[in-house]
Amino acid sequence: MLAPYVWLVAFFLVPFLIVLKISLSQTAIAQPPYLPVLDIAAGWQGLADFVSGLSLANYATLLGDDLYLFSYLRSLTVASVATVILVLVGFPIAYAMARAPRRLRPLLVMLIVLPFWTSFLIRVYAWINILQREGLLNQALSALGLIDQPVTWLATDTAVYIGLVYSYLPFMILPLYASLEKLDSTLLEAAADLGCPRWKVFWVVTVPLALPGLGAGALLCFIPIAGEFVIPDLLGGSDTVMIGQTLWTEFFANKDWPVASAVAIVLVTLLVGPIAIYQHIQSRQIEGR
Amino acid sequence: MARSHPLGLAAKPPRGHSPGKPREEKRRQALKNPPSSVVRPKFQLNISRLVRIKERHTDRATLQMRRRFTPGPDCAGEPLVRFAAVTKRFAGVPAVDRLSLDIHQGEFFALLGPSGCGKTTLLRILAGFEAPDEGRVLLAGEDLAAVPPHRRPVNMMFQSYALFPHLTVAGNIAFGLRQDHLPKQEIAARVEEMIALVKLEGLGPRKPDQLSGGQRQRVALARSLAKRPKVLLLDEPMAALDKKLREETQFELMDLQARLGTAFVIVTHDQGEAMTVAHRIAVMDRGEIVQVATPAEIYEQPKSRWVAAFIGDVNLIEGGVVATDAAGAMVEDGGGRRYRVADAGSATVGARVAIALRPEKLRVAPVAAASATAGGENTVRGRVWDIGYLGDVSLYRVRLADGTEMKASLANVTRLVERPIGWDDEVVLTWAPSAAVLLTR
Repeated sequence: MLAPYVWLVAFFLVPFLIVLKISLSQTAIAQPPYLPVLDIAAGWQGLADFVSGLSLANYATLLGDDLYLFSYLRSLTVASVATVILVLVGFPIAYAMARAPRRLRPLLVMLIVLPFWTSFLIRVYAWINILQREGLLNQALSALGLIDQPVTWLATDTAVYIGLVYSYLPFMILPLYASLEKLDSTLLEAAADLGCPRWKVFWVVTVPLALPGLGAGALLCFIPIAGEFVIPDLLGGSDTVMIGQTLWTEFFANKDWPVASAVAIVLVTLLVGPIAIYQHIQSRQIEGR
Repeated sequence: MARSHPLGLAAKPPRGHSPGKPREEKRRQALKNPPSSVVRPKFQLNISRLVRIKERHTDRATLQMRRRFTPGPDCAGEPLVRFAAVTKRFAGVPAVDRLSLDIHQGEFFALLGPSGCGKTTLLRILAGFEAPDEGRVLLAGEDLAAVPPHRRPVNMMFQSYALFPHLTVAGNIAFGLRQDHLPKQEIAARVEEMIALVKLEGLGPRKPDQLSGGQRQRVALARSLAKRPKVLLLDEPMAALDKKLREETQFELMDLQARLGTAFVIVTHDQGEAMTVAHRIAVMDRGEIVQVATPAEIYEQPKSRWVAAFIGDVNLIEGGVVATDAAGAMVEDGGGRRYRVADAGSATVGARVAIALRPEKLRVAPVAAASATAGGENTVRGRVWDIGYLGDVSLYRVRLADGTEMKASLANVTRLVERPIGWDDEVVLTWAPSAAVLLTR
């Protein structure tokens, strides 16, 4: 019974505390690039020095600078919009999968999961290829006669959304499919028998019963997208700066570990709410079965 | 002791004084003036009276007595449901084949048959979930071809109950009423009525996963009756219940049906269930109806060897008719033995027939005791080679001299230790000429 706690402590709590500590430190041209550093050999005095060296100055910096606030807001907005698009795109696919003939379903699930067998980075680069000025998308649109000038897709919000939706679609589809597959088709017949026309049956029976899967899928997408770095960095422009990119800049460009750590801690704090809701949905689903 | 009814209708004499008559008269009147699709006052009368009556035990006895003496719903009038040459094929194979059937108002009708005979398909065609490839379905004279399932005045109780897991018991029952956009107070009142009808008081706020199987079944029943349909369809409703609960539920269903006056159509593969609850049974085989009759007629006068063998146990003696006269027919079997059957039916001399004999109609006696009647009409000799002890009856399997086997059942009127017949006893089986039926098919 102790093993899960040991695991969590070793691989979550300890790294988290390290990052928290760094966020309370100051930058220094040193190795590691922050002060104070805990010196065990100095004994109790060393510990006292250590604790007195910590401060919340980095958090003040974050709150004071518009750049960070805009980044957070931008991340949450992009995550919300992307999640909505994911629901709209993912629900029909999951529904079709759940209604497909039984022997086809494993094949369909495999097709959804198949992209995971290739590298995530390679797939994002593939999107760069497709969305370039002379890329496949522009070529297809010209061939169809829909445009006469190549459209700029890259370095726009649209490209970021395309990349996000493409990458996170399986995370939306699979929980939703799991929920919809459990739906008993006799419930739909019962609803029709009791006077519900077909379109209404969908909203009154199918959607309420798919809500747990929908909630799980939505949060499973929202939480990672908020901290997403690769897609906005590769596909987005300089006006699409999300918090992940800000964090990267602070860490690698500015070599400012403490501020970067503070950014990370604040991001985790912001996401505590959605994570708690996700946990609540999952535990309700488990006990409901 | 007449009670006056709040709706001002004339009070009826209490039950037990004139069994059957006033109720039957009222039903015949109802048949002459078939109810319109909105029958509220009459049904309100039935249901509110139903809810108030508490002495169930007396009602059941009276009901049973009434059933014995009254012929059931009026089968001479216009049928409520008519299937006209209905055919339904799945992948080219007909599940229902040119089937015609009439179901009458106020009838408890059973569709009985082995698995795959098409009874569930027929039910689903009536409910609207399957469309017939050929033929028509008429409800109160109206062709249902253009009517989708959500607009038919027919409700179904599913085998798996199909309760909505995200709604409470009250929400489930109110579901159909909400689709009709009835006012809120009326919905609430009707839900209360239904909950009282199926005796689930206090369970309104619960969710289906917090109920037992029997309770879920009652919710499904209440939900399907909430809209007061013209016909209630029951798809093997008691398949998931244990024997005791099944018997209780059968009586409750019969009670309910008699009081509500709604036509019930039940699909079952359990003959005992069909015989207990139904006014008339349609025995089906491979998409066709083999016989439609009351339970007594089906048991006592089966139309074919198949029906005779399907319902209960039967002994079939194959033979040819050698003579017919006023006293019945004389049939000679392969071994030269002759048997007399009182009712020759349509059989003529020379026809190949089978004598159908129910096990309980045979008299079994040890050879020594029956020596006086040995050699008389309708007797055979054999050896008991197996006895099935069922508690209340014993089933004797008797092997005759020529190797054929006959089954006889006797009530265990004595304790087991005092049973007069045991294994390997030589016995004589006799039966009256009127006990057997001649089957030409």
